[in-house]
Amino acid sequence: MSTEEHRQHVIPTSIYVGIWAVLMVLTGVTVFASFIELGDWNIVLALTIASIKATLVVLFFMHLYYSSKLTKVTMIAAVFFLFLLLALSMTDYLTRGWLTNPGR
Amino acid sequence: MATSDIEIAEHSLQHHFADMDQQKDASTFGMWLFLVTEIMFFGGLFCAYLVYRATYYQAFVAGSQTMNIWLGATNTAVLICSSLSMALGVRCAQIGKTKMMVVLLLITIVFGFGFLGIKGVEYHEHWINHQFPGPNFQFEGAEAGGVNPQNVQIYFSLYWAMTGLHALHMIIGIGLVTWIVIAGARGAYSPDYYSPVENVGLYWHFVDLVWIYLFPLLYLISKKHGG
Repeated sequence: MSTEEHRQHVIPTSIYVGIWAVLMVLTGVTVFASFIELGDWNIVLALTIASIKATLVVLFFMHLYYSSKLTKVTMIAAVFFLFLLLALSMTDYLTRGWLTNPGR
Repeated sequence: MATSDIEIAEHSLQHHFADMDQQKDASTFGMWLFLVTEIMFFGGLFCAYLVYRATYYQAFVAGSQTMNIWLGATNTAVLICSSLSMALGVRCAQIGKTKMMVVLLLITIVFGFGFLGIKGVEYHEHWINHQFPGPNFQFEGAEAGGVNPQNVQIYFSLYWAMTGLHALHMIIGIGLVTWIVIAGARGAYSPDYYSPVENVGLYWHFVDLVWIYLFPLLYLISKKHGG
């Protein structure tokens, strides 16, 4: 039967609480930043903060940092395919206005 | 205690796995694969959001300005707290503190209901203001801003669909955590066998993750310009 050395890595409570504190601060920062007029950079900043938060949740709350390479590759592939879905769809929708007079 | 741990483990090992480690790796990897399909599931809605936001940006700004940013931010904080109690609960399962795990998961459930309660207040507010897509949809002041209410309706369709699907995941999540609490209280888990706790934890964090993106995309589009 499994013994101690087979068991999954146990992350110290302090790391979980630390990640939680960073997530709470970043939530405050993203709300604060939304009240500052930055033009197109508002959405860039908001999504950057969201992505930092998501990365922290995935790496530590979901233990991906301590998981097997197979799990890591699977998660990276998922993000890549989501990017493909969004990016290739937008190559269509964002470029429809480029040819205003098709045939000329 | 050690003897009963081994007994739990032997009863839990399915015959097609070599040992508990292999079984745990397979089950956790299976959960990750499921979450990958969930990413693509929500991805379709995020893609629709992106397309219509790019097309009707001013309408999306007008729609997002009806959101209560403080309730949204509070709900984000509630979910992050629920993720912490869930993560600590899984940790307790890892080290065999089952009673503490049950307590932490009960706290997670309370946060989950807290989130749904706040969401319900917001839904009620939108409902009585006719901000639900359909024949009764109304958007006051839209003409003043030069925004077509039909386009604002697209924003609200996506708002209800995305937050509604997320809320459905929360309800399922609360059900799953309740199941873990009951099984855990009956002594189903030990440091050698806690895969269900780990996997429900992964699901809960994933639902938190979706909200981390929904909040800025739906609530924080623009507070100043447009409208």
